[in-house]
Amino acid sequence: MAKPVPQGAGEFRLPSTEQSFVLGTIESPVGAIPLVGGELFWQDMRGHYLVRWNIGRDRFMVEPGLYAIGTPDSTSPVFVSANYKMSFDLLRKTLTQSDGWILVLDTLGINVWCAAGEGTFGTEELVDRIQASRLQKVVSHRRLIVPQLGATGVAAFEVKKYSGFSVHYGPVMLADLPAYLENKCRATPEMRIKDFPLIERLVLIPVDVMLALKQGLPLICLLLLIAGFARDGTFLQAIFHHALPPVFAVLAGIVAGTIVTPLLLPWIPGRAFSVKGGLSGLFLLLLFFTLCGGFSADYSMFAKISWPLIGISIASWFGMAFTGSSTYTSLNGVRKEMLRAMPLQLLGLLAGLGLWGTSLWLG
Amino acid sequence: MAEFRYLEDVVTLECDQEKCIGCTMCTVVCPHAVFRMEAGKAVMAFRNLCMECGACMRNCPSGAISVEAGEGCVRGIINEILGIEGPCC
Repeated sequence: MAKPVPQGAGEFRLPSTEQSFVLGTIESPVGAIPLVGGELFWQDMRGHYLVRWNIGRDRFMVEPGLYAIGTPDSTSPVFVSANYKMSFDLLRKTLTQSDGWILVLDTLGINVWCAAGEGTFGTEELVDRIQASRLQKVVSHRRLIVPQLGATGVAAFEVKKYSGFSVHYGPVMLADLPAYLENKCRATPEMRIKDFPLIERLVLIPVDVMLALKQGLPLICLLLLIAGFARDGTFLQAIFHHALPPVFAVLAGIVAGTIVTPLLLPWIPGRAFSVKGGLSGLFLLLLFFTLCGGFSADYSMFAKISWPLIGISIASWFGMAFTGSSTYTSLNGVRKEMLRAMPLQLLGLLAGLGLWGTSLWLG
Repeated sequence: MAEFRYLEDVVTLECDQEKCIGCTMCTVVCPHAVFRMEAGKAVMAFRNLCMECGACMRNCPSGAISVEAGEGCVRGIINEILGIEGPCC
């Protein structure tokens, strides 16, 4: 995919200093380079909080190009990053005590790993950005520290061939970067492994809940509307009586798939995420309707079977969707899982809706 | 490391011993330590841990590694099943 830089590309360009986090500039042979610090301010933190809830996430970005941090000179290291502001901010926070250059690639506001998978954090963009920043005039060495997870998009040997810079893959986690630098840019085997600890799964939950609600709300509205036409009671009475249990089943399914499954991921039985989601759903739905007395209340058997069916199908679906956020599932694994799970999920949901619909009119 | 394991025997990762020049790049870039060097050649020691990110293939200068790389997200695969070009994630 990577090609030599086309003619005319790589025209000289530096990032704007009119960005909230730019503290000033630092002189270099190619001009004044925007200077940033390691400190995050309240507007940075506010942005981080909002994007964790999927608010403004697709435009949370910094201008690509070369930045300075600390008081770098021509011998200082060059760190390559993505223009997702979260990636950039966490890098400069990690580099608080260091002097260096940060080369931000244009990844359309996507983080390093995902952008590398899509190819925007890639050889071509890196080679182009080196040229556009006139990096060879700013630093006297020819080394780049690229995040290891960027290797999915960056071919080190091609970067060397087309730009003269040699790529050194840094650690997977930013937290290990200071130790990596201390250790003469050598990573220990542990620094090369991508794990998926509880805290990382936890921070992903709000975005997944928001995305799930977007999908779940139409279904909830549909349930409310249909319930109104049940044979007993007035429109509003019928909604209250018949729609509440399945609406809670949908919500419980979303909770099971987007909160319980990620949190308890290593401990829920099964390898497939759809199985983990389905089991979380089964457990949560049975627990919920037993505790709130739904199973012993005055509802038909059809209705009582329909609620867990609907909830479990939805839990399985959102559990499966968490493969996209996980750090260890493979394309062919997810494809295999989906081809098997989706017919069952659809069948479960339709059977559940069918039984519930039947209960509205046949009692 | 055995804490997280996905489905067995599904990945498409292949490593051609004949083409391997022993540069060790695959052992550097792999986030799941799938590769190990044996007698100067890369071998797939933990093939089932592969997540098909494609970093090894991309960084193999001799083209010894092949894998159907991709992100494996639900939306991307549904688009693929429906035969439409669409973004993943």
